[in-house]
Amino acid sequence: MAIKDLPIEECYIPGSAACPGCPATMALRIVYKALGKNTVKIVPACCTAVIESLHPYTSFDIPTMNIAFEAAAAGASGVEAGFRMQGKTDITVVAWAGDGGTYDIGIQALSGALERNTNFIYICYNNEIYSNTGIQRSGATPYGAWTTTTVSGKTEFRKEMGEIIQAHHIPYAAQACIAYPEDLFKKLQKAKIIHGPRYIEIMAPCPPGWRFPMEKTVEMGTMAVETGAWALYEVENDKVTFNGRSKLIMEGKVERKPIEDWIKYQGRFRHLFKPKKDIKRIKAIEDHIDQMWERYRKCYL
Amino acid sequence: MKKYDVVTTISYPKKGAMGKTGNWRVFRPILDKDKCVKCLRCWIFCPEATITRHKDDSVDIDYVYCKGCGICADVCKVKAIILEREGKKK
Repeated sequence: MAIKDLPIEECYIPGSAACPGCPATMALRIVYKALGKNTVKIVPACCTAVIESLHPYTSFDIPTMNIAFEAAAAGASGVEAGFRMQGKTDITVVAWAGDGGTYDIGIQALSGALERNTNFIYICYNNEIYSNTGIQRSGATPYGAWTTTTVSGKTEFRKEMGEIIQAHHIPYAAQACIAYPEDLFKKLQKAKIIHGPRYIEIMAPCPPGWRFPMEKTVEMGTMAVETGAWALYEVENDKVTFNGRSKLIMEGKVERKPIEDWIKYQGRFRHLFKPKKDIKRIKAIEDHIDQMWERYRKCYL
Repeated sequence: MKKYDVVTTISYPKKGAMGKTGNWRVFRPILDKDKCVKCLRCWIFCPEATITRHKDDSVDIDYVYCKGCGICADVCKVKAIILEREGKKK
C-alpha cells in the first residue's frame, strides 16, 4: 500500500484548537480515513477534548462523546451495548484516549472492557506525558525524561502497555507510529473487520511536551522506531508479527540506531547532555531498550 | 445541517471552529508545482488537513487555516515546499 491509495475523504475539519505540528490530529485523520463515517468516537479528558474546539462548534465530522477521564472504555461499552440493543451492528465504536487515560487513569475501565469482550476498538495515542494539563509525568514517560513533575528527570522506567494488553488475549492488538501512515491505515483496516475488543497504540511525538521544533514531529516518530525505542507489531490471536523497520531489527537484518541519536534532539533530555554528558543515565536508557528487544526475541521470534 | 432536539449540549461541525487559524502562522509554506512529484507525503502528514488533494494527485495549500508548522516542508523529499517568513518584503 502506498500513500496514494489512502482515501481522499476527510472527516477532520481544518481550523481546530490543536497546536501547530500536533501528532494527535495527524493520527486522527488516518483513523477517520480508515474507519469511515459510520463510526462513533468516545473521548475522555485528553488533548483531543480540547482539539474538538469550543461549543457550539466542533472540528470533527464524526459523532463524538466526551466522558470522564477514567471512563473511556466504560463509556464505549455502554454505547456499544446501546447499539446492540437497537440492532445497529454495523457501527464501529472507537474509544480514543491519550496515554494518561490509558496507562494510568483508564486502565481499570480498559481492562474490564477487554475482559467483557466488548466489540469496540480502543486507540491510545501515546505522547508519553499528560500534555493537555501541562506536561506532567505519566506511566508512559521514559526514564530520564524531564516533565514539570520530574524536574531532574524521571527515575523510573515506563511500563509496557502492549504486553499488559496481550495478557488479556484479545483478538487483535497492535502498535503503530504516526510516521508510518500506511502501516497504521493497514492495522486499522484489519481491526475494523474483526469482532471483539481490539487495541491499537499510536506513538505520537508531542512538540511542546518533548521540547522539539514543531516541524520535526514526523522525524521524531521515524527515529523512535529506528532507534528501537518503539516497536511496530501486531498481535492476532496471540500470534505476534513485527512490521516494517521493527521486523528488520527483530530479525537482526539492521542494527537499531543508538538511542542518543533520538534523545539529543529533544529538550526533555537536555539535562543529560548539558552542562556535562550524563553517560550513566544514557546507558541506562540504552540498556533498558536492549532488554526490551532481548525479551521480544526470546518470546516472539 | 440537521439539528438535534435533545437536552444535552451538542456541538455541530464547522470549518474554522476556532476561527481562522491561519493567523497563528509565522512561516508560510510555499509550494513549487514544477518541482512537485505528487508523492502526497505533505498531504498525509499535514496535521491540520489544510493541504487539499485534487483528483490528479496535485496539491494546494489552504492558507486561511494553515498554522505554519512546517511539517510539509520537512517531509518533502524533493524540497518542493519552502518556508518563508510571513510579511517579508519581496
